[in-house]
Amino acid sequence: MSMMNHTAPAMRPLSGAVQRLACLAVQPILSRVVKRIAARHSSLFARLGPHQTTDYLIDPVELPFALHLRPDPQALLFRAVPRESLPLSGAAIRGPFLLLLELIDSEEDGDAAFFSRDLEISGDTEAVVRLRNALDDVDGSIAEETADLFGPVGRAILARLRRSYSDATKGNMYT
Amino acid sequence: MSLAELICPAGTPAALRTAVDAGADAVYCGFQDATNARNFPGLNFTPDELAEAVVYAHAKDAKVLLALNTYPPAGKVDLWRQAADTGTRLGVDAFIVADMGVADYIARTHPQVRLHLSVQAAASSPEAIRYYCESFGVKRVVLPRILTIPEIRQIRREIPCEIETFIFGNHGLMVEGRCSLTNYLTGQSTNMDGICSPASEVDYARHDDGSMSSRLAGFTIDCFGADEMAGYPTICKGRYTAPHRPEAYYAFEEPVSLNLSRLLPQMIDAGIHAFKIEGRQRSKSYVRNVVSAFRAAVDDIRAGRTANIADLVALTEGQKQTQGAFETKKWR
Repeated sequence: MSMMNHTAPAMRPLSGAVQRLACLAVQPILSRVVKRIAARHSSLFARLGPHQTTDYLIDPVELPFALHLRPDPQALLFRAVPRESLPLSGAAIRGPFLLLLELIDSEEDGDAAFFSRDLEISGDTEAVVRLRNALDDVDGSIAEETADLFGPVGRAILARLRRSYSDATKGNMYT
Repeated sequence: MSLAELICPAGTPAALRTAVDAGADAVYCGFQDATNARNFPGLNFTPDELAEAVVYAHAKDAKVLLALNTYPPAGKVDLWRQAADTGTRLGVDAFIVADMGVADYIARTHPQVRLHLSVQAAASSPEAIRYYCESFGVKRVVLPRILTIPEIRQIRREIPCEIETFIFGNHGLMVEGRCSLTNYLTGQSTNMDGICSPASEVDYARHDDGSMSSRLAGFTIDCFGADEMAGYPTICKGRYTAPHRPEAYYAFEEPVSLNLSRLLPQMIDAGIHAFKIEGRQRSKSYVRNVVSAFRAAVDDIRAGRTANIADLVALTEGQKQTQGAFETKKWR
């Protein structure tokens, strides 16, 4: 439990071509991840209620792209989108990537991240609250399940990311 | 010395398991409807989930308390009665109630299940508490957060039931169960619908200078500067201008959380039976951290050791904490 102080520095603008390339590179991973999570944690859809068809924009500020999620169990959508052409969304969640990762796993508290202004939300607040509560009811670690998909390399990357987060929160690198 | 039970919040089954594993003596929760005061979107339990939760908790010697702590609108009591019937069938250990009609129904229909009087009933005098005990067989009262420890000690001598007090979490208005601010702006009732500042009516706007406005039903209730901590979007914690106060000010109270960790030894010594942690709307991370910290503290005190309470300020609203009226009547 440790909050960063305010938002991480936003990504320096990259050219549209680089952003699109980054999206193409990560898309196969995102598709695989979201299918796996949906299959293993199908109960989370009930907590989303009418917001299964809401378009969420999840914006990790340091990355060259944002994430577009539509958690419709009949037609799951999770894709990387270039910052230069963000889609219309019903709700947006913005914060440092590592904080978002910790929030997905309930290693950090969303309300505390909101109080500290590390996390910003806009659009339909009920949609955000439902997504938060749905993810919070998942047992285990979505991040670790994702890492497991990629074997030892995935687990090593996750461990590295978590060390970075721990160092960042101790050193307040985002102040 | 009191039993010093730790009563912990759970908004989801996963949070309940987290609370039990972190050392909760009892966990309180609610159904996904207006029968409880945290009727928030995506939160709470279905009957099937509650059944599994009761089994999990009981297997680890923890109790499950079902919050039925809202007030049925006149003539619309079926939802509350059905919830009480379901809770009894599933084996919950107690109901937390505020409404006399709900209390009466449970006392008559399910007399084998304990009744706890919710803080929402705002019973703060020995006379009021004794009335609930004598009329409905209430076994425990959750005291409103307006009393000092000496006052609680005195009340304990004059009532025939156990006392539970909050020790951590969101700190609301002081005539609890009577707040109509949300109703005024949104038409939904905190006390009857279980919804304070419904998320569907809340929105945030970020401005170019880094500040952020929070609005409820289209009314701006606060604007946080770029470097300011934020609070919940509740009317009672908002800042407003008035003809005599051109600078925005907290008209009701400030965003702040209760934290009584430093007063725990005195509270245990005062004979308080149970300590409640607020926060069914919070995450598993909050539950894990707060419950673990208070579990260790209570165990230390009961064993005669000095409690070293973890720093929980990062989890408090606006990153500010208070001991409120428990420390002094001068508060507010």
